[in-house]
Amino acid sequence: MATFRIKRFNPEKQPEPYFEEFELDIPDGATLLDCMNEIKWTLDGSLSYRMSCRSAICGSCAVKANGHALLACQRQGEHLLDNDDTITLEPLGNMKPVKDLVVDFTPFWDKINKVKPYLEPKDEAPAKERHQSQEEFLIIDDASTCIMCGACYSDCNTLEVDDNFLGPAALAKAQRFVGDSRDSKTLQRVQDLSEPGGIWDCTHCAECVERCPKPAKPFDRIKEIMTVALDNGVHNNNGARHALSFTNSVKRSGNLNENRIPVESMGIFNISGLLSLIPIGLRMLLKGKVPPVIHHSIDEVDDVKRIFKELDQ
Amino acid sequence: MIEHDVVIIGAGLAGMRCALEASKELDVAVLTKVYPSRSHSGAAQGGIAASLGNSEPDSWEEHMYDTVKGGDFLNDQDAVEEYVKAAPRIIYELEHMGCVFSRTADGKIAQRSFGGHSKPRACFSADRTGHAILHALHEQLMKNEKSVKIYNEWYMHSLIVDGDRCNGVVVSNIQTGEVEVIRAKAVVFCTGGYGRVFKITSNAFASTADGVIAAFEVGIPLEDPEFVQFHPSGLFRQGILFSEAARGEGAYLLNDKGERFMENYAPSRMELAPRDIVSRAEQSEIDAGRGVNGEDCINLDLRHLGEARIMERLPQIRQLAIDFLGIDCITDPIPIQPTAHYSMGGIPVDKFCHVILDAEGTKMNGFFAAGECACVSVHGGNRLGTNSLLDAVVFGERAGKSVLEYARGKDFGNVNEGQEKAKVLEKFEDVFQRDGSESYKDIRDDMKEIMMSHCGVFRDAEKLKVCMDTLKELQVRFKKGKVTDKGKIFNTEIYEIMELGNMLRMAEVIAEAALYRQESRGGHSRTDFPKRDDKKFLHHSMVYDSPDGFVIKTKPVVITKYPVTERTY
Repeated sequence: MATFRIKRFNPEKQPEPYFEEFELDIPDGATLLDCMNEIKWTLDGSLSYRMSCRSAICGSCAVKANGHALLACQRQGEHLLDNDDTITLEPLGNMKPVKDLVVDFTPFWDKINKVKPYLEPKDEAPAKERHQSQEEFLIIDDASTCIMCGACYSDCNTLEVDDNFLGPAALAKAQRFVGDSRDSKTLQRVQDLSEPGGIWDCTHCAECVERCPKPAKPFDRIKEIMTVALDNGVHNNNGARHALSFTNSVKRSGNLNENRIPVESMGIFNISGLLSLIPIGLRMLLKGKVPPVIHHSIDEVDDVKRIFKELDQ
Repeated sequence: MIEHDVVIIGAGLAGMRCALEASKELDVAVLTKVYPSRSHSGAAQGGIAASLGNSEPDSWEEHMYDTVKGGDFLNDQDAVEEYVKAAPRIIYELEHMGCVFSRTADGKIAQRSFGGHSKPRACFSADRTGHAILHALHEQLMKNEKSVKIYNEWYMHSLIVDGDRCNGVVVSNIQTGEVEVIRAKAVVFCTGGYGRVFKITSNAFASTADGVIAAFEVGIPLEDPEFVQFHPSGLFRQGILFSEAARGEGAYLLNDKGERFMENYAPSRMELAPRDIVSRAEQSEIDAGRGVNGEDCINLDLRHLGEARIMERLPQIRQLAIDFLGIDCITDPIPIQPTAHYSMGGIPVDKFCHVILDAEGTKMNGFFAAGECACVSVHGGNRLGTNSLLDAVVFGERAGKSVLEYARGKDFGNVNEGQEKAKVLEKFEDVFQRDGSESYKDIRDDMKEIMMSHCGVFRDAEKLKVCMDTLKELQVRFKKGKVTDKGKIFNTEIYEIMELGNMLRMAEVIAEAALYRQESRGGHSRTDFPKRDDKKFLHHSMVYDSPDGFVIKTKPVVITKYPVTERTY
């Protein structure tokens, strides 16, 4: 007998959510969604959640199980049992609950809309199809598998502290067009995506890659946009400057020049930005955390330089 | 009262394509009980047909002939001709919108083989073609967000009809439970199919006949409802679709003895015979005790295709079988069984998607339908794989054009808002006040079970009568159900009950028409009448509701280019 600990919420009845436990024998081969249906249809009809295709393509049934977002229809119930034979179900994170496991997707879709998620073609439509090589298709293949389930958005660590962040799903959707050989707005797109709230605000935790139920893997797509942005010379922002300063430091000395990186990231002519670093610098000084003023290269720096040279070729 | 020039119910391929067209001039609303990206069109895997000739020379004539022969000559050939001729343009337009397609070595849209098609004409995006098109159309709607208003998670309850004119719909917001009237110059139904009526089905939970029954309830007949397609490769016990593309790429069907049994049923096309024939062959093997390990399943063997091809062409469904059955098709065969998949029948429309009331083509003014819920009929008695995505996009666009033509310069019709709202509120009250002891789950399970066993791949009069009696009992039990949730906010229980009500009604219509058609044609197979009977039944059936029960009338089949011949493969 398994215990399902489900976070219940019904604003019509009481303002605060609470946990309720249901006991269920998990039938052979039952998915988590099958279990939820069994609970709803035999134990408590008022339990609400979304579902539709039950074949991992519509993206409706994403919920949090044991603290992590997943598609309920895609996972076997048995496999999710913790040591106490319990499965804890909660609504997706980073969105407001509506009722029980249903959350409000409005901010999610607003952010998808913000990345101009449609093709801006290069030229007039030809009589037949536009040609695209198999290699060009592969650049957008993974991003196009996204099912908009919100699992990545739910568990994104940046969104937890920064509402302004576009989030992994919207950025993966953006890569779908940044990488499309038929699109004309690559430069404009990577400029927009380099603004605050965009690619450089991602903390690189890769939680979205862990949670994505499809090959879309948002953080991998975010890295691809970063590369396109840098390749296109979109450097005039803290994120890009930070990445370049980081690379240059390693290239020159084999390790990080921690005094130089913050200054270069802010931009050496950005007076007000540089002034804003002073209070942090002073606090670091007081706590004895300031790195040595003279930066030393590592002994094997020539090897590092050789590696960079080979990579450049 | 909400007002829009046009309201489209359903945001799958047909609904969204229609919205893009109609919004060129009109104020358009699209209402969906899920979200556009959650529509069931997205579950289509293998491809969309068009005679592009990108891998072998092809022609619209061959596409047309394959479609008509595949449909067992019940297709209306005037409509089929226009439909297959439109196909290449429709595909190119999708590609221009940005739809992601797999490509040939020279950068064109790749095409592969599919059941019943004599040429490789399935354009595809790996094994998620429906998903790719659904998202491409959704992207275009997001681009045009100012001209199309989308109502996400709203449910359509009923049509507002005044004589021979349709003036709007009554709907409710699932998130708040509020009932609203939408007045419109034209209403378009793109509400999909009703596979959930059957126990084993590939369909989403949302495919519950809401639109089709709403039309039936205002006196519109249903055309050819007995023709339900059973797809040959549903994952065993789950019914989830395992794409026909697997066989298109060369997979074998094997019985318990390891024999490629299709040799005995369709020697020239083998595994790539049309779906009705393959499903019947599988069911015959199972019924003869040659199911794998004595179970109700057949093996689909992909192993000889090799890992590279499977990973390139069928990655998503490989993962599906791993997730749902724990079987990797690279190393092991996949157990499959016939699964209820597609409704060839539906709301009768002319070839311009205008809903019609009879064989003479009398129109219900201002009411249009496209996609799976509609019956044009381009699919006849059996639809070929990859022809449904094409149907949805071709006729979605066409419905949009027809609506433009119709609604231009029209005024709104008269709607008594209070009265219309009250009727639906009464429906809610009726359900909320039930305090019976019957479980809706049991009623639904019993319906699905009897439809599968008595009105499934093989049917006969005796079974169908038992089926109809059972459905009548279920209707009685339905009124005595136990209701738990009486709240307004996101009450999914009340909507499931309303959907079940629609499905019970739909099941009765299917069984009635199946009993009427005393022949075997396409997806409708009667063991007591195993032959096609062109003398008596080369016509569409039109099922009407009446105070004395169902009435069945007929509508002639339009035959233009290809005379009716014997159908063998």
